[in-house]
Amino acid sequence: MAGPADIELAAVTKLYGSTTAVDSIDLKIPAGTYCCLLGPSGCGKTSTLRMIAGHETVSDGDILLGDTHINDLPPARRGTAMMFQSYALFPHLNCVDNVAFSLKLKGVAKPERRAKAMELLRLVQMDKYAERLPAQLSGGQQQRVALARALITDPSALLLDEPLSALDPFLRVKMREELKRLQRRLGISFIHVTHGQEEAMALADLVVVMNNGRIAQAGTPREVFNHPRDAFVARFIGGHNVLARSIGGVEKQFAVRTDRIRILPPNSATNGVNSLAGQVRLVEYQGPMVHLRLASPGVDEFTVAVTEQAYFAAPFGEGDTVTAAWNDDDMHPLAA
Amino acid sequence: MTARTTTIVTERREGTPSRRFNWGRVTDALAPYLQVAPLTLTFAVFLLVPIVTIVVVSFWDYDSIRVIPDFILLNYEELLTSSVTWRIYLNTLKYAALTWALTLGIGFTVAYFVAFHVKSLTWQITLFMICTIPFWTSNIIRMISWIPFLGRNGILNSTLISMGVIDQPLEFLLFSDFSVVLAFVHLYVLFMVVPIFNSMMRIDRSLIEAAVDAGASGWQVLTNVIIPLSKPGIAIGSIFVVTLVMGDFITVRLMSGGQSASVGLMMANEISLLQYPAAAANAVVLLGVVLIMVALMLRIVDIRKEL
Repeated sequence: MAGPADIELAAVTKLYGSTTAVDSIDLKIPAGTYCCLLGPSGCGKTSTLRMIAGHETVSDGDILLGDTHINDLPPARRGTAMMFQSYALFPHLNCVDNVAFSLKLKGVAKPERRAKAMELLRLVQMDKYAERLPAQLSGGQQQRVALARALITDPSALLLDEPLSALDPFLRVKMREELKRLQRRLGISFIHVTHGQEEAMALADLVVVMNNGRIAQAGTPREVFNHPRDAFVARFIGGHNVLARSIGGVEKQFAVRTDRIRILPPNSATNGVNSLAGQVRLVEYQGPMVHLRLASPGVDEFTVAVTEQAYFAAPFGEGDTVTAAWNDDDMHPLAA
Repeated sequence: MTARTTTIVTERREGTPSRRFNWGRVTDALAPYLQVAPLTLTFAVFLLVPIVTIVVVSFWDYDSIRVIPDFILLNYEELLTSSVTWRIYLNTLKYAALTWALTLGIGFTVAYFVAFHVKSLTWQITLFMICTIPFWTSNIIRMISWIPFLGRNGILNSTLISMGVIDQPLEFLLFSDFSVVLAFVHLYVLFMVVPIFNSMMRIDRSLIEAAVDAGASGWQVLTNVIIPLSKPGIAIGSIFVVTLVMGDFITVRLMSGGQSASVGLMMANEISLLQYPAAAANAVVLLGVVLIMVALMLRIVDIRKEL
């Protein structure tokens, strides 16, 4: 293919009967971007990916890859390649033949296509397992082979459908690093669907948070984390409390990062500070931080993340009543 | 198991120095044999005993009124040196090959259609049930019902004549190889459809998407993904059809009008003439031939993952 290229979605819509899965989304993914489509199940992220891949028809709108309008092109002629959630390796073919599959379809001679496939297997460090069948490989190994198979077509963009969800947590972190390294090395865009915000933040140059078929917010992980646009994004991205404050008779929502909240010593004055008194419902030790869940009237969920050091300097238990406080600067206003 | 048995034994020895008979140990040792006993017994009674009997009888002597226990090779000698035997075997193999090819073609197409082109499960089940409707009547009735349709003055011929397509009734329609193979295909095609359909339903749909993503055309998906992954079903269906046709005698007799022979028919004739040892020798040879055919099919396709 023509090397890295921008991807642009313009008013892309997907209808299943009368249900709208993707509702007129606009998105531009510059060439060479690691983009994560993040959202809860049913938010339209997978439908969006499948429309880009060409495995789902576009009900309305346009998809462009570079200067090419790819709406009506078959998957293999779009310049994209897809890696499937369950890897979808052909069980009757060994690793080399799985990787060489698309070359076989094009009629490339056997020695030539096997040589090229071996090259890609080396790229994903699977050359030692070339003759094995998929059933003889672990989940992580199967994924590497699937990656090699997707990359053999020299795509301008690689589309990954929840690629890490089938792996155990330890392997997930390891494969995450490798995906990122590979993306940097190849210089093409990776579009990665996930419902894990941690995964998205670790990997993405561009996080696209989706909800109800729309893009709730798109930006760098840091932008999204520090400036969530609305209550949904703040809650989904994690690490935030969503509070409602009545200002001049108008109810407004704010997000406060859980790690910007401190617990006041007992009997401190609370005049002129943002504060909230509540009963400790849960103390969760997480290593560097200790998470406290407070129950307070009028607030559905309130979490405070204090450093381990601060917590153990003045510990308290579940059932104690404490006062949490934060600065005005840390109150981030949310769109309704 | 062993560890547990040992501890029990030691405890007993310590508790009762008089070394009482240890029932626990006996039942532990017997348990696996008792567990396989029902299956072993069933196989012995319904498979082993009949086959051994046939093999034994095949070496016996006979005359026109009785069978004589003996050990002679004459039955086999007569069978294998007669040109009639070879002709009949060839004829039976021809029926098997034709029926196999046709049931495979039809069975694969039907299974493919229901598995991949029918999207809703309800419709898949409905169409599948429709395929089984012919099986609600007996084989004989299904065969006989072809006769008024295909006969010299049957429905097909009279329709074609009245439409002006032909002047003379078509003679090959009934009591011919055509009608025999037609009946076989009609009788046994479902034995091909079911296992192939079963194999196809196990194919992960994302494999087809992956193939399309790699640039496969519809035909390439079929030849590179669906056919290789349907092979176990094809093998199982082929075993059913080939063994059924090789052993059949009633279809050949009814549909060929007695003008054609098969190995099964040859045996049936021998039995009706009370030549049991000859029929037994024939049966042993047929069993050998069919087993070789099955072994060859299993060599080509590994069906273990399907069972």
